[in-house]
Amino acid sequence: MIKTLTGNYAVAEAAKLARIKVTSAYPITPQTTIVEKLSEMIEKGELEAKMIRVESEHSALAATLGAAAAGSRSFTATASHGLLYMHEVLWWTASARIPVVMAVAARAIGAPWNIHVEHSDIVDQRDTGWIIGIAQENQEVLDMTIQAFRISEDPRVYLPVIVGLDGFILTHTVAPVNVPDQKDIDNWLPPRMQPYVITPESKIAMGNMTSDDDYYMMRYSIQVGQEAAKKVIEEVDQSYGKAFGRYYGGLVECYKCDDADYVMVLMGSWAGDAKEAIKILREKGINAGIARIRFIRPWPAEILREKLYNKKGVLVFDRSISFGNTGQLFTELSSTLYGMTNIRGVIAGLGGVDVLPEDFANEMIDFVNKVEENGKVYDPIKWLFPMKYRNVKVEEVAS
Amino acid sequence: MPVRLSDFPRVRYGMPGNAACPGCPETMGLRYVKMALGDNVVLVIPAGCSSVIQGYTPKSGINFPILNIVFASAASAASGMQAAFESQGKDTTVIVWAGDGGTGDIGFQAMSGAAERNDNIIYICADNEAYMNTGIQRSSLTPYGAWTTTTWTGKKEHKKNIPMIMIAHDVPYVATATVGYPQDFIDKLRKAAKIKGFKYIHLLAPDPVGWKFDPSLTAKLGQLAVQTGLFPLYEYENGKLTVSVFSRLYRKPEKRVPIIEYIKVQGRYAQLMKDPEKIKGLEEEIERQWKWIDVLEKSSNPSNAASQIIKENK
Amino acid sequence: MTQENSTLIITEAETYFAVPISRPDFGSSGKTGSWRTERPIINEEKCTKCLYCWLYCPEDTILRRQDDMVYVDYDYCKGCGICAAVCPVNAIEMVPEVKTGEN
Repeated sequence: MIKTLTGNYAVAEAAKLARIKVTSAYPITPQTTIVEKLSEMIEKGELEAKMIRVESEHSALAATLGAAAAGSRSFTATASHGLLYMHEVLWWTASARIPVVMAVAARAIGAPWNIHVEHSDIVDQRDTGWIIGIAQENQEVLDMTIQAFRISEDPRVYLPVIVGLDGFILTHTVAPVNVPDQKDIDNWLPPRMQPYVITPESKIAMGNMTSDDDYYMMRYSIQVGQEAAKKVIEEVDQSYGKAFGRYYGGLVECYKCDDADYVMVLMGSWAGDAKEAIKILREKGINAGIARIRFIRPWPAEILREKLYNKKGVLVFDRSISFGNTGQLFTELSSTLYGMTNIRGVIAGLGGVDVLPEDFANEMIDFVNKVEENGKVYDPIKWLFPMKYRNVKVEEVAS
Repeated sequence: MPVRLSDFPRVRYGMPGNAACPGCPETMGLRYVKMALGDNVVLVIPAGCSSVIQGYTPKSGINFPILNIVFASAASAASGMQAAFESQGKDTTVIVWAGDGGTGDIGFQAMSGAAERNDNIIYICADNEAYMNTGIQRSSLTPYGAWTTTTWTGKKEHKKNIPMIMIAHDVPYVATATVGYPQDFIDKLRKAAKIKGFKYIHLLAPDPVGWKFDPSLTAKLGQLAVQTGLFPLYEYENGKLTVSVFSRLYRKPEKRVPIIEYIKVQGRYAQLMKDPEKIKGLEEEIERQWKWIDVLEKSSNPSNAASQIIKENK
Repeated sequence: MTQENSTLIITEAETYFAVPISRPDFGSSGKTGSWRTERPIINEEKCTKCLYCWLYCPEDTILRRQDDMVYVDYDYCKGCGICAAVCPVNAIEMVPEVKTGEN
């Protein structure tokens, strides 16, 4: 049935539909209403689960991991500094191969304090072994969260999953969301599966030391799970599409990108604004499209290469930056495409700065002009400053 | 309730061939946990000696199922496991087996959180009074005057009194124990397992390597700590503090073994030995500690009294 | 495939799977008997079967026969000497470990 939900409430609904048994979270803007809604659902008897009101985010993920290792489906949510605080536990959870789902409300990192959207906190977790997905709108948030349980508990994968949603833009904005019925989800989502449990019957100890050689092979095993996840994510998306009518394109959503000459690559809610820009550009005669990255891990290298290798130009928008180099999406994509196309990376929207459809369109026009003028463009970093500062001269850096 | 040693079944309680040092008090303690509580137990072990004692995969050197977890989160991981078992309708006992660092320093926040929520776990601090696993660095539970690799001239601060802090948290059960009196420890474990809520047991674990004494003396030192009055054995339960049987004789200062007997065996007190002023200071501290126990025993609200004592003890 | 109550399926991974799990077993750190510099010798005539040595042994390497007479598991005994120190009748002697020619 259709409900008007904020992104955070959509996450809570999804967790409820997935029948989580234990949740543990610490409040942090802009994730707080997820925790509040889950508490309310539990205390009203709508959700049969235990909520552990921990005293820190580090403890939140540890408690979630403990519950999952004991055999219960568990869930947590966080953002920004909370995600950074629990960073070591992210590594521990993925390396333990215990399936867990965590929602992350993407938010900028201080100093100074900033509670608005930025992708830095999420891209900072790429190395940990978690599968990381980012949604564009509230409906996708709900669908992706439910799918996340099935992806993480697939025996070919057995890795934890992050579901990202942009802070405030999605978390606090109301939109109509089609919420599936509980019995339909019960039919679609299998009972929980995991590779082992830590119980008196299993007698298993997890995490004691191992030889360097065996440790290496454990790392290899995580990568094998990530590679397998590429196929699993696609399968799960298709299966969900058949059951509930919404298929998102698997790892990458191709929006008018097949016939396009120039393609924007980005992830998150601002893809909606970029899609508006495509209209503007096509009216101006520029054949533009979007490859929206839905999952940054596993990195969809094959799909991106297949879709983009023969384009006239690829314009990457990063809502984060790796200081000292450039945007993370640009770095990964240019490595995947290694010189196959003209490519430029734009740093925009940091700290929640608004990026309008006109901005996307103007950036593309500028890029197209550069390509047609120069023929060969490799432009790792172009700053789309906030409106107020657009006349600031970009510092020349010694190359 | 006293049990005859010969009544214990003839099974393996520990797991020989583990990586512990000879004379290790932690492996002693873990055997007693098994003797007290049997098989329906899961341990949560943060970074520390017990992480390494387990040895190499695919074998484990500790005879329990274990969730090894990062240093700062033992109590929260245990809370999570316990919530899961409860939602599955199982009555498995979840026990945190943490060192003094994982309890009083880096793990303190998580433990205080679990205590405040009254999560149904047993938290055992195996207190060897330093960060032993990383090579004997001081922790907040290192006693005054002790040598460690980060306090070459002896620690200047006093030992943080964690059991007192847990009494101030007013959890259902707090107890102290040593590996020198296993019967006492086993009784306390069995009692704790029957109580619902957060239970804290502080186990003094004399460490031959870090305290610098002959490995054959681990048990004896565990007893000496009690007999000198330095480490009182007590239980706090149902809002009432009771001194344990093995400690009662040593309430009277004249009955206590002179503290010098405890100190002279330990190489880490070599500096302290040379300073009669400091030894007197130690004796005064013992006396002060027993005064606190008097106060708590007589108080109608020991938890509040404990908070007061902690505040005054600067 | 409904799940009204929470069912849990523990099933092996279907891809190459190496994960740091262990089960309790002897010798996770090898045959620790090789660590000894001295070994406990029990004088069965003096022994009163009080079981203190069995109680205090950290390694679980003092074992009990059916009649509760104790004996040592020399494969894993680390030679710490706690048994000798706690024996109330001095029935255990720590003697230097001497190579007997076998491994």
